[in-house]
Amino acid sequence: MNIMQNVGIGSAINRVEGLQKVTGRARYAAEHPVPGLLYGVIVSGAIAKGRIVEIDEAAARAVPGVVEVLTHRNRPHIAWFDRSHRDMVAPPGSPFKALYDDKILFSGQPIALVLAESFETARYAASLVSATYETEPYNTDFEKAQSERFMPRKKRDSFHPPKSRGDAQAAYDTASVKVSAEYHLATEHHNPMEMHASTVIWEDDGTITVHDKTQGPQNVRDYLASVFGMSAKSVRVVNAFVGGAFGSGLRPQYQVYLAVMAARMLKRSVRVVMTRQQMFTHGHRPEALQSVQLGAEKDGQLTAILNSATTSTSRYENNMEDVVIWGLMNYACENASGEYAIAPVDTATSSDMRAPGAATGMTFFEMAMDEMAYAAGIDPLEFRLKNYSETDQMNGTPFTSKALREAYAAGAEAFGWSRRSASPRSMKEGKELVGWGVATGMWDAMFSKTSAKARLSANGHLEVSSAASDIGTGTYTVMAQTAAGALGLPVEQVTVRLGDSSLPIAPVEGGSWMAASVGAAVQQACDAVAEKLLKAATKLEASPLGKASLEDVRFSDGCIILREDTSRGVAITDVMRAAGMDTIEVEETASGGISGMISQMRKSRNTHSAVFVEVRVDEELGVVRVTRVVNAVAAGRIINPKTARSQILGGVVMGIGMALHEESMIDHRLGRFMNHNYAEYHVPVNADIGSIDVIFVDEPDPEVTPLGVKGLGEIGIVGTAGAVANAIYHATGRRVRSLPITIDKLLDSSIMP
Amino acid sequence: MNPFTFTRAGSVPEAVRAMGTPQARYLAGGTNLIDLMKENVEHPAALVDINRLGLGDIEELPNGGLRLGALASNADTARHPLVMKRYPLLASAILAGASPQLRNAATNGGNLNQRTRCYYFYDTATPCNKRNPGSGCSAIGGVNRIHAILGASDSCIATHPSDMCVALAALDAVVQVTGPEGEREIPFAEYHRLPGNTPQQDTTLRPGELVTAIDLPAEDFSAHYTYLKLRDRLSYAFALVSVAVALRMDGDRIAEARLAMGGVAHKPWRVPDAEQVLKGQQASAENFARAAELLLQGAKGQGENNFKIGLARRAIRRALWQAAVGTPQSQTDKRIA
Repeated sequence: MNIMQNVGIGSAINRVEGLQKVTGRARYAAEHPVPGLLYGVIVSGAIAKGRIVEIDEAAARAVPGVVEVLTHRNRPHIAWFDRSHRDMVAPPGSPFKALYDDKILFSGQPIALVLAESFETARYAASLVSATYETEPYNTDFEKAQSERFMPRKKRDSFHPPKSRGDAQAAYDTASVKVSAEYHLATEHHNPMEMHASTVIWEDDGTITVHDKTQGPQNVRDYLASVFGMSAKSVRVVNAFVGGAFGSGLRPQYQVYLAVMAARMLKRSVRVVMTRQQMFTHGHRPEALQSVQLGAEKDGQLTAILNSATTSTSRYENNMEDVVIWGLMNYACENASGEYAIAPVDTATSSDMRAPGAATGMTFFEMAMDEMAYAAGIDPLEFRLKNYSETDQMNGTPFTSKALREAYAAGAEAFGWSRRSASPRSMKEGKELVGWGVATGMWDAMFSKTSAKARLSANGHLEVSSAASDIGTGTYTVMAQTAAGALGLPVEQVTVRLGDSSLPIAPVEGGSWMAASVGAAVQQACDAVAEKLLKAATKLEASPLGKASLEDVRFSDGCIILREDTSRGVAITDVMRAAGMDTIEVEETASGGISGMISQMRKSRNTHSAVFVEVRVDEELGVVRVTRVVNAVAAGRIINPKTARSQILGGVVMGIGMALHEESMIDHRLGRFMNHNYAEYHVPVNADIGSIDVIFVDEPDPEVTPLGVKGLGEIGIVGTAGAVANAIYHATGRRVRSLPITIDKLLDSSIMP
Repeated sequence: MNPFTFTRAGSVPEAVRAMGTPQARYLAGGTNLIDLMKENVEHPAALVDINRLGLGDIEELPNGGLRLGALASNADTARHPLVMKRYPLLASAILAGASPQLRNAATNGGNLNQRTRCYYFYDTATPCNKRNPGSGCSAIGGVNRIHAILGASDSCIATHPSDMCVALAALDAVVQVTGPEGEREIPFAEYHRLPGNTPQQDTTLRPGELVTAIDLPAEDFSAHYTYLKLRDRLSYAFALVSVAVALRMDGDRIAEARLAMGGVAHKPWRVPDAEQVLKGQQASAENFARAAELLLQGAKGQGENNFKIGLARRAIRRALWQAAVGTPQSQTDKRIA
């Protein structure tokens, strides 16, 4: 009986879909077998900007087995207007429409789709397609683009304009201690393991089922319906399993558009898979420049914050991120100003990548905070505590909860921060300089209206479903254990269906809102089932539950049991049988309610983290090893400590990559990313990762979301990169303000004495 | 991938004969060639599978040296007891490269013939003299942090990516080849070539020639050696700079030194003067610095890779020190000794 109590929220159960994944039974978008499938291979353009003069497809068409070569000249009709191509999360602007016309907007743009009876044939034929171009002037150099820096009148829906307070410039001018620094972040690509892929199954009645790599099946469904003028009912998008995405799958990518275009034109099932190189021809974390000026009293009290940033976007859409607000929210300081703009370059539009805005803006702000701590001669952790704020300083609102102080304490204790030697270059072991750094992380705790259905069968089997996605994050598991807990069933008796646009409405998986949102919807649906069950149970002749109400009973071990007298209970299956019910099915929508909306306006809701990092830097060679990370997270209620830890581990690894490795290198003469493969775009490998200790501090917060859950997808990366950079400064005494901190930058700043 | 014919050769003469067809290529482990075919960089019309030629043995030579079969896997070579005992420098260099999975598939002959990792060589949308002679070198003036600082030409600044070959160069290996005109030996220093104005040619192999074995001379550097590899992450990346050092010590004096660098040129880089200057000298920082300067004589950066010169200087000194004190670089624990 006790075991049953432990399957619900808070228990560290294994991933419910784990066995399917490790045995290969979980099928990803490109793995669904379909009879009569056509294979599409995308031909990528060679120039950065201009127009296609001629496409020579004759050689490709001559290859036996080639069925069609789609280009802008023979493509079928698609919607004309930009608004028809704008998906749920698109930034303002004119979305890219593949094969729309002869214009080239970025290097690697798809210019043709070759369709053949086998993949090998299609790939070979694609290699025979050649194009001639007329080139127009272009710029991919972000520094040069600074002269075109601007803030469009129409903002992205998710954008929060920075709000200034006090007189930051005056306070800075008169501050006793000052720090002023410029930081740069290289472009990064998401690089999920699974490449973007779509398998479109064509039915004779003109309807389609699309297995797509996406973070939002309903977003893709609505987009396809809008672009191709289909009814939403005739498009079903399935993404039951997704091999990582990190934001790259928030927007529909061009392979699904091309695959559906071809399927409709040829009235056949079609599969299109991007190559790894093509994964570098769409969204990416924008390149960024950030300037931070801080002023403080001699005792380390912050008096001025000036936080300004620019991120890159494309020439055709205005992507923007919340980069500077974090520095304005987190610390107590009377005078703070924030300024943000975007600058266009001739690449594909940048996009959300894990903790968009915060991963960049918080990292650099925390690097500046570190600089100020040294300038003021105060321990970096003590400096942060000295300027700790219980309230959201930018919006002037309290937090629903903020256990950052507890996270600092727990992290420092686990790390051994008190044993730190203050001066840079003061810790050494053998030929390695040792450095300890700290940084704060912050992200939103968001909630998004979500529906879920619960269906209980007479045999006691429960199915819960929602059009949510699981991009490796643990959504299946979270839904299963929430449902199992709500109805007191073993988790094995619960089936979860997600990743299907035909299921109850759910948002895209992103922003760390999925667990809180779909968890609440599942809970609500299961609670409704419980109510119906109890009603039926109390109507039974000589019901052992009498006239009990929901408060009087608990659901446990497949039974409804009286709390006051646990010997009195009835099996759920017996209730169903006796009441003659085959199934109980309820769909509910968790919206957070009116009280939630009011609270949303009056209170800030955020996750926080304190990240402590140890690095070892070879004094002569500049080789950096990250030997220890402690990431202490305050994120409300933890649904599953095991999958939660896994989220933070992944975030930490990605943060280490951001600090030391990840960089998409562009040849500005060609306007083209050149290290477009896994060999030369470096993400951390096992050897780069030392010990990672994840701590979740207690943070009860019944107000933030219905289940008190805050979400964990992004917070793990925020803070990590900054802490690594700060540790490198502590080790070497040299401040590298440009990420990633590669070996050449450490040599340039001559870490060698 | 282009259509191609596939022939499985049963003997060396059969393989050499099969290579007579136009645009034929030998196929061993395929870890590089198959990728390049998928990327449309290489388009052989015929593949001659040489995996059944029986060239997988590693055996002692009458002169006390060791013969490494061309088709022995990199993994089997690195873990072979005689290689580990007598030529630990070679074992270390092999283990510094790629991943266990790749080393299991990759062969010794294939390792010698792997092609550069220049970004532009791999991207058919860009000009590259090595891929498409006469089209120009995009890496000059482009993204070139991984490119050559020594021996480059106006036609090509690519580097040879192998780790194993850097050790083989230091150890004065000899490459055994068989071709249409019979068998011959190629000293390792002459096997790979500088790009000059024909960068499409990586080696001095003549048309149709097949590497059958690599011979290691009977020399003992097993007490004082190291293979130090510096790269953009701690494992599974090609070298920015690597250094192979083999020393024979006589007390605290260096009786003989071998020094080769990887990641810096179109071939493993050796300079006889840099080794000569150490002969009979003490293992001291000053002497190491002199050797480093000689090894790097004429080094020239291309912009983004300028840092490699300073990095190489430091790496050479560290590697010499590691070898002299008998603390070789571990290839499993990535902490630098």
